[in-house]
Amino acid sequence: MEPAASPPPPTLGALLFNFFTVGILGFGGVLPLARRMIVEQRRWLSAAEFTDLLALCQFLPGANIVNLSISLGARYHGVPGALAAVGGLLAAPVAVVIGLGVLYGRYAAIPMVAHGFQGLAAAASGLVLATALRIASPLRGKPRALAIAALAFVALALLRLPLLPVLLVLAPLSFAVNRRAA
Amino acid sequence: MSGPLGELAILFSELSLLAVGGANALVPEMQRLVQAHGWMQPAEFAALFALAQAAPGPNMLVVTLVGWRVAGLSGALAATGAFVVPTGILTYGVARLWHRFRDAPWRRAIQAALTPVTVGLVMAAAVLLCWSAALDLPLLLLAAAVAGVMLTTKLHPLWLLAAGGALGAAGLL
Repeated sequence: MEPAASPPPPTLGALLFNFFTVGILGFGGVLPLARRMIVEQRRWLSAAEFTDLLALCQFLPGANIVNLSISLGARYHGVPGALAAVGGLLAAPVAVVIGLGVLYGRYAAIPMVAHGFQGLAAAASGLVLATALRIASPLRGKPRALAIAALAFVALALLRLPLLPVLLVLAPLSFAVNRRAA
Repeated sequence: MSGPLGELAILFSELSLLAVGGANALVPEMQRLVQAHGWMQPAEFAALFALAQAAPGPNMLVVTLVGWRVAGLSGALAATGAFVVPTGILTYGVARLWHRFRDAPWRRAIQAALTPVTVGLVMAAAVLLCWSAALDLPLLLLAAAVAGVMLTTKLHPLWLLAAGGALGAAGLL
């Protein structure tokens, strides 16, 4: 069991600093680090409160972890709190990725570097493939849900249709199919 | 607003509002749009996506890199800001109401309906990235091997990215 949350509200500086640390250390996914910082180390939220807040952030559009930092910062200090949290979270990663982009732009013409980037890109596509298979696994044994997923896949990957009409058709369809199944 | 900065800001604020399954679900749409704007080809987009994966932080950083590639530092900041602000405002507003509705049946029904759509989106992202990045058989095998290792071990993804880059640079792919 997690220790009960006994949150003395964090200051703006604490929001900025803690989210900055999570951002700069978050190689290959920020969520586990953010959860450890918020629930276990700083005890700003209990485990159940964190799960509830994460559900909101997954429900709303946008990057989940960005939404999480904004809603947590807003809870304590309104707009300044939201800005401190999201600014802290993004500052280091944005700087690092721009640095990588500069290096790429400067050295991409060198054959060895170009081949290295080809390998990197292929490996990155493999990572996304693994993620896709992992999030698909709860759909096993649910033919209706799998059919919706397959329709989304065909529309976007094979037919190359724009995302908005695909969402506008498939989300209500999925809702209706689910409702009939329930 | 006009010019590339304005185009970036409008494009990524619209995109962010469609990101119902996290940033990776947007990859097919992003790839389609950057090509339609004449900014880059799918192979370059795949390379930028890989760079973003290699950096620390949230997995939305490909947005920053597309902005940087199109309009330099101001492009990077415009694209990042445009991607974060509209959904941030939405989250800010909704977070206050959320607690009240957390057990509402309609809330769960909507979330359950979105899950299969998200699975399809991320699967499409994976296949499009593989098509753009795995240009020949060795690269395709590498992508498949990385996916396999990710699914069967707890190895940190950064090692797999590093291995892919090293194998490529060594001329083994």
